[in-house]
Amino acid sequence: MSDPMQAEQAHQGLQAQSDWGWLKDWRASAWSQFAATPWPTRKTEAWKYTPLKSMLDTEWSLAEQPGTGTGTVFEDWDRTVITLVDGKVADHDALPEGVTVRLLSKATPEQRAQFEDRLSKTLAGDQLFTTFNQALLAEAVWIDVAPETVLEKPLHINQVLSSSANGRAVPVRLMLDLGGRSQMTLVETFSSESDGPVFINPVTEIEVGDSAKLTHYHLLLETGDVRHLGSVQAVLRAHSQMNSFHMALGGVLKRKDIVVRHCGSGAHLQLNGVYLPKGKEHVDYHTTLEHEVPHGTSNEVFRGIIGDEAKAVFNGRIHIHKDAQKTLAELSNKNLLTSHKAEINTKPELEIYADDVKCAHGATVAQLDKGSMFYFLSRGISRQEAEVMMSFGFINELLETLDDEPVKQLLRPMLAALFAKEDELARHLV
Amino acid sequence: MLNINDLHARVEDTAILHGLNLEVKPGEVHAIMGPNGAGKSTLGNVLAGRPGYEVTGGTVTYKGSDLLELEAEDRARAGVFLAFQYPVEIPGVSNMEFLKASVDAIRTARGEEAMSSMDFIKLAREKCKAVDLPQDFLKRGVNEGFSGGEKKRNELLQMMLLEPSLCILDETDSGLDIDALQVVARGVNALRSPDRGIIVVTHYQRLLDYIVPDYVHVLAKGRIVKSGGRELALELEKHGYSWIDEEVA
Repeated sequence: MSDPMQAEQAHQGLQAQSDWGWLKDWRASAWSQFAATPWPTRKTEAWKYTPLKSMLDTEWSLAEQPGTGTGTVFEDWDRTVITLVDGKVADHDALPEGVTVRLLSKATPEQRAQFEDRLSKTLAGDQLFTTFNQALLAEAVWIDVAPETVLEKPLHINQVLSSSANGRAVPVRLMLDLGGRSQMTLVETFSSESDGPVFINPVTEIEVGDSAKLTHYHLLLETGDVRHLGSVQAVLRAHSQMNSFHMALGGVLKRKDIVVRHCGSGAHLQLNGVYLPKGKEHVDYHTTLEHEVPHGTSNEVFRGIIGDEAKAVFNGRIHIHKDAQKTLAELSNKNLLTSHKAEINTKPELEIYADDVKCAHGATVAQLDKGSMFYFLSRGISRQEAEVMMSFGFINELLETLDDEPVKQLLRPMLAALFAKEDELARHLV
Repeated sequence: MLNINDLHARVEDTAILHGLNLEVKPGEVHAIMGPNGAGKSTLGNVLAGRPGYEVTGGTVTYKGSDLLELEAEDRARAGVFLAFQYPVEIPGVSNMEFLKASVDAIRTARGEEAMSSMDFIKLAREKCKAVDLPQDFLKRGVNEGFSGGEKKRNELLQMMLLEPSLCILDETDSGLDIDALQVVARGVNALRSPDRGIIVVTHYQRLLDYIVPDYVHVLAKGRIVKSGGRELALELEKHGYSWIDEEVA
């Protein structure tokens, strides 16, 4: 047994507080698994380009009393908000009809049985930090949307790390089961008011029912000394649609494993994302599309701009199983390096076991286009301002595809500010 | 306004201009015609300062100073405008953002106040109408998904907003149908003024039916080989470029 992250005490402390035998066993089994897993090194394929050294410098503890924080605010967007501060539910709006929310920390005896059932068939794979999440899980928010429910208002899960979260590990789990033929928008935001170090470890599990339609945002907006290691796992049932948008601003270390499984035929996935590390920040997206059944379609587009001495990793895997005939899957990853010390490791992986499929992937690393640059210059725009506008455009192209104007309005100024070292240079954006 | 004297230039390793002379005075419209490969586009690009176009000899004086000394952006700020033969698509940057950035840069260089957003939007809409572009083109990415004709009209829109002293139109007529051609010509004619010089580079005489030039020059093998009035263009239309070759030889 090893405990490189010095978290065993936190695990034991959590166990001691609970009288729920099943939950304790569930967490203990995860702890055993986590402790038995060799700590990743450069030779560990999944962590080759993302060193975890920085996770070892802190004795992580769980938050006893959550702090306070506002989190992410959208202007003019009527939505249902559930705010979690330091992993604990601080506040939640009244829920619309057809939506049930269960909290692990407040489960009634009846709900405990339901949780046991749901958590047992958890979709989580064997990712290291999904296991960690299970071992230290104090809170899970489980949202159940009844079949044939169309939610007018988006549901916003507003995760905040408070200023008193320094030294805390914050494992938290969100589960969404969207019933057949239902439609909704789920917005997950992560922000931090902590000086750090702080470690957020979220796991999101989504099931999109038959012919249901989900618009999903998963926005990692924390900056500063935040380490964010987590996963998103989704299962698509027959003829469902999922449109999922991811974004990672900097922060010391971010790693997101996204796994989407086509489990019912005829489903469609649009998976887009942007990552923007600068300074000495590090962002890593590992995505896996599992096409397990025929007639599924997936389109994945990720773009990154890596500046200064920052590093990014993108690993996009498409796995087309033997029976998944007539699959259409496309993956594109484009990167822009704005400094000669910036680094990107991008790797598309195709594994195809069916013979009647269409699959395409491409990854590029580039600098700003010279022809475009001359176009700006020839109109009197300075080189510096042109660089800012072109970088912004490279990312904004994906933002433009979003359905929800308030999300664009939140993200566009963040982008503009990011690219412009001086505000003056970003004055024509936003 | 513009004085080109014995200009030699090359693109990468290929010498294209071999001693070109041209003088443009304020208020004049000059047409430069010539066969493919004569160096027509090179001339426009050299004047605008496109990287990769190297001047190997001669001088270009613009408003009394050495144009070739200036960076591309400073030439634009000094009032030189090149309407591109192939305008660049810049997805993700809206046309409006691009135009505003450009107009602000040029106005600042002229010592004028930056326009307020409201005033600018109003002006941009007005000019859109003048070049027959629907207003939603202002919201779209720069040239993104525009047809050939729309791109050329967008160049013209920029020209109208920037009000340059020297306009160089690089084959702005190529790929345009007759209606679009007339729109472009109308726009250019509206910009004719006693203090503005215009150089229209074209392969075909057709555009000159609508933009009537004061002078026509024939560019062949990197030099102006013949200059004349409007009638020279008609002659070229009738006889093609081969007789020029014979005459030059």
